[in-house]
Amino acid sequence: MKEDKIFDALSKNGVSRRDFIKFCTAMAATMALPSSFIPKIADALEKKQKPILVWLEFQDCCGNTEALLRASKPTVAEIVLDILSVEYHETIMAAAGKQAEKSLMDVVKNHKGKYITVVEGSIPLKDGGVYCTIGGRTAVDIAREVCGNALATIAVGTCATYGGIPAANPNPTGAVGVKGAVSGINVINLPGCPVNVENITATVVHYLTFGALPTLDGLGRPYFAYGKRIHDNCERRAHFDAGQFVRKWGDEGHRLGWCLYEMGCKGPETYKNCPTVKYNEGTSWPVQAGHGCIGCAAPHFWDTMTPFYRRLPKPPGVSVEKTADKIGIGIAAAAAAGVAAHAIASAAKKKGKPEQETE
Amino acid sequence: MPQQRLRAYVWEFPVRLTHWINALCIVALSVTGYYIGNPFIHAISSDQYIMGWVRLIHFVAAYLFTVSFLLRIYWSIAGNKYANWKVFFPFNKKRLKQIAESVRFYMLISKKQSHMLGHSAIAGLTYLFIFLLFLVEIITGFVLYSQSHYGVTRTLMGGWLLDIISVQTIRLYHHLITWALIVFAVVHVYIAWFVDIHERNGIIGSIFGGYKFVTKDYE
Repeated sequence: MKEDKIFDALSKNGVSRRDFIKFCTAMAATMALPSSFIPKIADALEKKQKPILVWLEFQDCCGNTEALLRASKPTVAEIVLDILSVEYHETIMAAAGKQAEKSLMDVVKNHKGKYITVVEGSIPLKDGGVYCTIGGRTAVDIAREVCGNALATIAVGTCATYGGIPAANPNPTGAVGVKGAVSGINVINLPGCPVNVENITATVVHYLTFGALPTLDGLGRPYFAYGKRIHDNCERRAHFDAGQFVRKWGDEGHRLGWCLYEMGCKGPETYKNCPTVKYNEGTSWPVQAGHGCIGCAAPHFWDTMTPFYRRLPKPPGVSVEKTADKIGIGIAAAAAAGVAAHAIASAAKKKGKPEQETE
Repeated sequence: MPQQRLRAYVWEFPVRLTHWINALCIVALSVTGYYIGNPFIHAISSDQYIMGWVRLIHFVAAYLFTVSFLLRIYWSIAGNKYANWKVFFPFNKKRLKQIAESVRFYMLISKKQSHMLGHSAIAGLTYLFIFLLFLVEIITGFVLYSQSHYGVTRTLMGGWLLDIISVQTIRLYHHLITWALIVFAVVHVYIAWFVDIHERNGIIGSIFGGYKFVTKDYE
């Protein structure tokens, strides 16, 4: 099986040539490449061997695995699984216990520097990393060995990239993303809660087609998926520019599909290609479904993007009910009142003792 | 007996110009900025472009304000001694004493403060603080603006800062500083008026024409 060519594996599983080319087209589109690249991608996938992949799960909810497996139609999910030779994945593999751990170590030993590691979930560092152990080994220990010997590591989901929800304040387990736990390795960050499967596949296809990993930004995210804000490609953007906003859940604007900005949508703050790739094979995504973006692909979103239904975070040291603008209006009014009081006090004082300097 | 008053040219044209550009920009930026954070007017039709225009005004005013800020910085080197950068650092013994004196004066405890032709020590210190707020407001504004730009432009606008500080934190301080500047504007106008009637030195007129009318004891 390991020596299988990708296209052979696909046709064996009943994927037609048409579906295959459709898949290559979708990949080119996801990577923002022109259509002239479709034959190149098809060529690469036909000839290249299936890349070996191990999928590690640490402090996670399995959401990224679910995103990978739970597709409404089987084609893309099948293709994703079929172009990859998944040697280790706790949720879907048949092996268990010592056997499973052995297969992981076999990959590290036999394919050193050639396999791709996908990490899902954050890695706890506090108290020696005891808060997440698999087969008696800590997550950080496994990550250092498996990611350290891999060709590249793809951190999928916000937990694996930035620590995510386990790292939310007060971060009891000292959770960090892969980059924070293992230094000196190639990491591609694909944040999101969950990640868009198309972005994982496109990253792998990019490697197969060009022999190189995609260009990354300052936070280790590929530009093709995280180069633009959700706001920039949002289907409701025209309503934002016009000034048509949803003001209450279920109001007329909400029913008409207006902009969710006033409901605290974090689309203007979040870099991701959700509006174009969507979820569940392009079925829908939060804003299309009528709910604002919560910025799940942003670093530490649980701390930085809350409150989810307000535009601004709460000012430091102030109760949740006060917004920055309410406080601002209050202080400005107090200043005006203070000025008026000062003027009255000054006038009253002057009346008593006239100033000498005046003519 | 009325004291003899002298006509003294204090605020040169660039100082007055930047003052009024700043004033107009702060009004425009505060109103449009408040709208952007909390759109209080709603369109009734999709072919309107309210948020679009408001944002355009905000960004144009922001550029104008930035240029005005830079011009004033330049004039703190090139201008006369009343515009010089040194007046914004009143940290020697004499100036600190004058600040204490002015605090007593404005709290209506004492009747007099030192007469200064240019900025008083307390005014210099206040403007230092206000200029710092301007600077933070300009930087945070451009960082927020960088989000809709790509490549080198985004980096030049300070977009790299978003990798270090959360965009929402930057946005929060952009709002809070606006309110601090509104409070400053209220107090600033009142104090100008207060000093004008107490010292009768034409301080309010001076920001229009540049001249103050002062007695001989002015420093």
